[in-house]
Amino acid sequence: MEFVTQHAVLVVSLVKIVILLFLTLTTLAYLTWFERKVVAHIQSRWGPYYVGAHGLLQPLADGVKFLFKEDVTPPGADKFLYVLAPFLALSLALTTIALIPFGPATITILGQPTQLIVADVNIGLMFLFAITSIGVYGVALAGWSSNSKYPLLGGLRSSAQMISYEVALTLSVVGVVLLAGTLNFNEMVSDQTGYYRYLPFIPRWHVFPQIIGFLCYFTSAIAETNRVPFDLPEAETELVAGFHTEYSSFKFAMFFMAEYANMLTVSFLATILFLGGWLSPFPESWTFLQYLPAVLLLGLGVYLAYDAVMGATGIARIQLVVITCGALLLGALCLLPAVMPVIQGPFWFLLKVGGLLFFYVWTRGTLPRFRYDQLMSLGWKLLLPVSLANLVGTALWIVFPFLVKH
Amino acid sequence: MNVVPVAYYLVLSAVLFGLGVVAFVFKRNIITILLAIELMLNAVNLAFVAFSQAWNHLSGQVFVLFVIVVAAAEAAVGLGIIILIQRSRQSLNVERVDLLKL
Amino acid sequence: MSLPFILFFVFALIAIGGAVLLIVAREPIHSALSLILVMMSLAGLYLMLGAEFIASVQIIVYAGAIMVLFVFVIMLLNAGVEERTDYSKMAKYAGIPLGILLLLELAHWMHHSLIGKTPANGAGSANVMVSTRELSMQLFQKYLFPFEATSILILIAILGALVLAKRDE
Repeated sequence: MEFVTQHAVLVVSLVKIVILLFLTLTTLAYLTWFERKVVAHIQSRWGPYYVGAHGLLQPLADGVKFLFKEDVTPPGADKFLYVLAPFLALSLALTTIALIPFGPATITILGQPTQLIVADVNIGLMFLFAITSIGVYGVALAGWSSNSKYPLLGGLRSSAQMISYEVALTLSVVGVVLLAGTLNFNEMVSDQTGYYRYLPFIPRWHVFPQIIGFLCYFTSAIAETNRVPFDLPEAETELVAGFHTEYSSFKFAMFFMAEYANMLTVSFLATILFLGGWLSPFPESWTFLQYLPAVLLLGLGVYLAYDAVMGATGIARIQLVVITCGALLLGALCLLPAVMPVIQGPFWFLLKVGGLLFFYVWTRGTLPRFRYDQLMSLGWKLLLPVSLANLVGTALWIVFPFLVKH
Repeated sequence: MNVVPVAYYLVLSAVLFGLGVVAFVFKRNIITILLAIELMLNAVNLAFVAFSQAWNHLSGQVFVLFVIVVAAAEAAVGLGIIILIQRSRQSLNVERVDLLKL
Repeated sequence: MSLPFILFFVFALIAIGGAVLLIVAREPIHSALSLILVMMSLAGLYLMLGAEFIASVQIIVYAGAIMVLFVFVIMLLNAGVEERTDYSKMAKYAGIPLGILLLLELAHWMHHSLIGKTPANGAGSANVMVSTRELSMQLFQKYLFPFEATSILILIAILGALVLAKRDE
């Protein structure tokens, strides 16, 4: 234990990183399941339902498939860059999770008190943008190193799209920074506590004064992560598969995971900046809401138990029983007095992030995609001037004293 | 002592600048020469920031911001010129660009 | 060998390695990537020097935008392997040793001079991290004119690049 007390920061950070990485990778896998299910239901069909109960083992099956596929390297490809590109994309996408605060509480790991954030950097927002701007290289190098015309064109288009929308993304966030007066994520969330004076049921989240900024941000985020309706460079009917045409097996899986991790990152950022982070929309005095996570998890457990008894057969029944026990255990865990105050922050945070991810998948199932020139003109000719106007408007609003709350 | 003395940063800056000069003089591809210019600018930035910390004066860091901006402008225009050279001569070899007429 | 020294040497070695790779690489795309490596290690050094804002600006603007522009142009122009040239023997056998000698002498005299001692002009700077707020106060009050002038410079550069790259139709 001496090592722990001498190098407390290092050991505690490593523990947090391991836990967070495990949770993130599992979430990424089940995000694919979630997307397939939701898109399927929008299209009036069931998604995966065969592999495991409700298709819940589908990500596992996909992972095994990716691992066992043949790993083909195209002839004439630049070997170092070919391997570097997916590695760069995935590792950068996962690094941003280190900057995100999940809650206000202070927990103790291995005897050391610590916050629910891996790296509380004073200019956290700038570093997050720095990491996402390096992520463009993953795409560009994948396109170049494949030594083939479809990936090259797809990579060029995709990276040009990413850097165009990065400008609008960064500018739409500056309004929030002006309001909050800080670049630190923890302080930005703390800035959103409380309610408005004349409208006491609306919380002081940044989405209300900065609604234009939020819409600009979210549109740019969808374009930045190459999702429908902005996914022309990687759509199957357009350029085969864009920059990841020549990739197979695990490298393709890494690109796939990197896309979902990017989605997760921008949703995290949107929640922290605009939707009040880990704050609950209901007043603090409603303490009965502290039981909400436990109630939801126990309810889920009851539904799964019903499903196990009534619906399923064979292996699916066994699997459902296991998940039911897991859900009931987690629900009971949330009732413990040691865990209950700690779990509130992450619960509301993950609820909001889940809502944003559902919106992502919803637009995927609903909207057609943009043509490339429409896409670029939207980024440069609409979103950039609108976010600039938002910035100027916010700056003017702050300068006039009677409108500033402090 | 606990703090790295400024001399170390200055020597590193000098080494990087020297390597930039070597790359500028010996390479044949125009794009690589432009990259060597960027390397030299980066070395100079390091010297600025090191001195800014040594004398505890912020103007070093402000100047670094301006150097980055100017480097961006110069890279954009330089790459435009390189595209024109490639179009007219179909080669990126700097030895082919030896006439005043484009 | 305390932690700051170890970190400095790690970053310095990566930077010098990247610069040497830039010279040695045969394809321009590898040179561009080595330069990106140099820039990232320089960002680490800026963090050590207490310039957190400059470090993040370096990564966002320099490594994340300017170098992307370079990589685009290399990809668009399909810049392939460079032609080999004959370097002069004098450069290889006399130049490199003399250069290293110059460098060692420079390092020696810097180490022995006033600059080589622990920094501070009596101000007692103890590795403080400069906050963004201080930097922006300086930038927008004392250096306002250069700031506006550089914005016009960027506008001119954009116009120039557009005019240069336009095809005559």
